[in-house]
Amino acid sequence: MNVVVPLPRTPAETALIDGARRPAAIEALRARGLPTRRVESWHYTDLKTLLRNLPADAATPAALPPVLEGSAVLAIVDGAPRIVAAPAGVDVSALGDAGIAALSAPFGADDAIGQINLAHVADGVRLAVAADATLVAPVEVQFRSGRACHARVSAAFGAASRAVIIERQSGGGFSTAVCDLNIGDGAEISWIVVQERDDKAVHLGQVNATLGTNAKLNLFVVNEGGKLVRQEIHARAAGEGSEFRLRGVNLMAGGAHVDVTMTLTHEVPHTSSTAVVRNIVTGRANGAFQGMIKVARQAQKTDARMACNTLLLSDEGGFSAKPELEIFADDVACGHGATVREIDRNHLFYLMARGVPERESRGLLVKAFVAEIIEELDNEGLVEALEHRLDRWFSAHG
Amino acid sequence: MLEIRNLHARIAENGTEIIRGLNLTVNKGEVAAIMGPNGSGKSTLSYVIAGRADYEVTEGDILWNGESILAMDAAERAAKGVFLAFQYPMEIPGVATMEFLKVAMNAQRKARGEEPLKIPEFLKRVKAAAASLSMNMDMLKRPLNVGFSGGEKKRAEILQMKLLEPSLCVLDETDSGLDIDALKIVADGVNALRSPDRAMIVITHYQRLLDHIVPDTVHVLYKGQVIKSGDKSLALTLEKDGYAQITGEAA
Ligand SMILES: Nc1ncnc2c1ncn2[C@@H]1O[C@H](COP(=O)(O)OP(=O)(O)OP(=O)(O)O)[C@@H](O)[C@H]1O
Ligand SMILES: [Mg+2]
Repeated sequence: MNVVVPLPRTPAETALIDGARRPAAIEALRARGLPTRRVESWHYTDLKTLLRNLPADAATPAALPPVLEGSAVLAIVDGAPRIVAAPAGVDVSALGDAGIAALSAPFGADDAIGQINLAHVADGVRLAVAADATLVAPVEVQFRSGRACHARVSAAFGAASRAVIIERQSGGGFSTAVCDLNIGDGAEISWIVVQERDDKAVHLGQVNATLGTNAKLNLFVVNEGGKLVRQEIHARAAGEGSEFRLRGVNLMAGGAHVDVTMTLTHEVPHTSSTAVVRNIVTGRANGAFQGMIKVARQAQKTDARMACNTLLLSDEGGFSAKPELEIFADDVACGHGATVREIDRNHLFYLMARGVPERESRGLLVKAFVAEIIEELDNEGLVEALEHRLDRWFSAHG
Repeated sequence: MLEIRNLHARIAENGTEIIRGLNLTVNKGEVAAIMGPNGSGKSTLSYVIAGRADYEVTEGDILWNGESILAMDAAERAAKGVFLAFQYPMEIPGVATMEFLKVAMNAQRKARGEEPLKIPEFLKRVKAAAASLSMNMDMLKRPLNVGFSGGEKKRAEILQMKLLEPSLCVLDETDSGLDIDALKIVADGVNALRSPDRAMIVITHYQRLLDHIVPDTVHVLYKGQVIKSGDKSLALTLEKDGYAQITGEAA
């Protein structure tokens, strides 16, 4: 018989369990503690060890100019939605207790983010984009917090709607954010996560998306801050003809630990997905990408591609990639690849031979590595804004 | 003036010595042609002059305008006016050509204590240089050298040389891969840069380039040494007789 003796509770576990607003939501966690590396989906991020203590509170950032000029800004400040005038075509309301109770439950015992968030979240925002609506300006949802903060967004995009939403994670301390996206038939949605939390922050995020018939979701994740970050993506290609696209840029410096974990299920025939994650590792930073693509038995003609490429700029840093395919259909095209490399010294020589100093040459090459996927974004303003952030990050950490 | 004195250089990774006691002097205003059989060390010499970190100099010195450049990295040498037009220019995905040109020009200006170029002035210069080399500006919208044909890459090297206005130009087989018209265009571009305060080294296998870029001196490199020097007539002799006679002489 296998007797599992629970490990002693850490201060973080005590705080999360005892302080829960909805104790029932955190039952599994109470029984088993935060996941350790022995839990498969947390193998590269031993949350129990990495989050022994919740981080200290930090200052809550004041209003920020949006990433993309001209965006309509909605703020969730220390967990409290501040709803001003909603942009045309979007219906915005606070979720409140009743709204939260109606949301989907955590995925299961290993879903630590879902449990913590549901156990603690006080409020959130419901976004509803009307069918056929095309938002003229992007909507930026600013999650700004300094105190332990748990926020929730439930977004429904009507059939054939078009929208660009920016999920901006700013501030410090401990934060969780769960965003549920329901993409209606034929809708084309870009959801851009810009995580710029400070270098002591712990952030646990989850984007859960369901795609209807012929729906397109372009999910872009930029992690450029935080001490301990895990961004989960759980997507379901539930309607025929749907297309899911993930692009991820992880910029890791200092002692940061950044984990992007994706599970993607192709549930019906004729759906496609591409996932490309590019990582820059400097200092003692560590990262992981886990990508699980599941193809259901009936999901014939699925086309799914996944790649994870890492540029390692220091000997002390590291990155682990674990792509997995679980395919039950027999007529599919699926593939994955992972690479880890250093800066190409031939390229470096070429740039330096033109008089570009070494540091600047490295900067150009590093930028090139991630700019390739940023430039795929079909939005010039956004490309420029993200490249500008990249320059800023590199001048601070390069 | 470029003075290379008893230069010995080896491949850092495995210690293979490629340049074995090489002496060469190129004066300002001079165009020196370097010829020599495959594998004799011509490209290696060009890399060692440009400061590629894959080689180690174990003996001797390289002086440019009286100053040793051996302790400088490639970027510092470029700032001193050294320019290498690569035999095989590299493709660099993700680096936009125009952005790179701007960064390179401004880096060199900065090293010389000059203000960065204003965008309109930069564009004007690039357009003029591209036009003189019959290059399409659309090409420059692509990532650096990516998908350029062999000849286009060579033109792009000369474009960079025109824009950076170096004082020591090393051209490694710039003629290879060029069609007949392009050879003429590129040679005209190089000739336009000939000036009393510029030294040029033109590495080539063929007289046809030297018909267009007439050298002042011709040097034969063999097994990592200059084994024979002469005027432009030496190239004609080589074209007629091949290397056997002089490499035999040297043995
Ligand atoms: N990594 C290496 N290890 C050992 N030998 C090498 C290495 N790289 C180059 N060499 C050798 O160095 C020698 C000189 O090469 P280099 O490219 O300088 O010749 P070259 O004169 O430019 O020839 P070509 O006319 O064909 O361009 C060659 O024999 C080559 O094989
Ligand atoms: Mg060569």
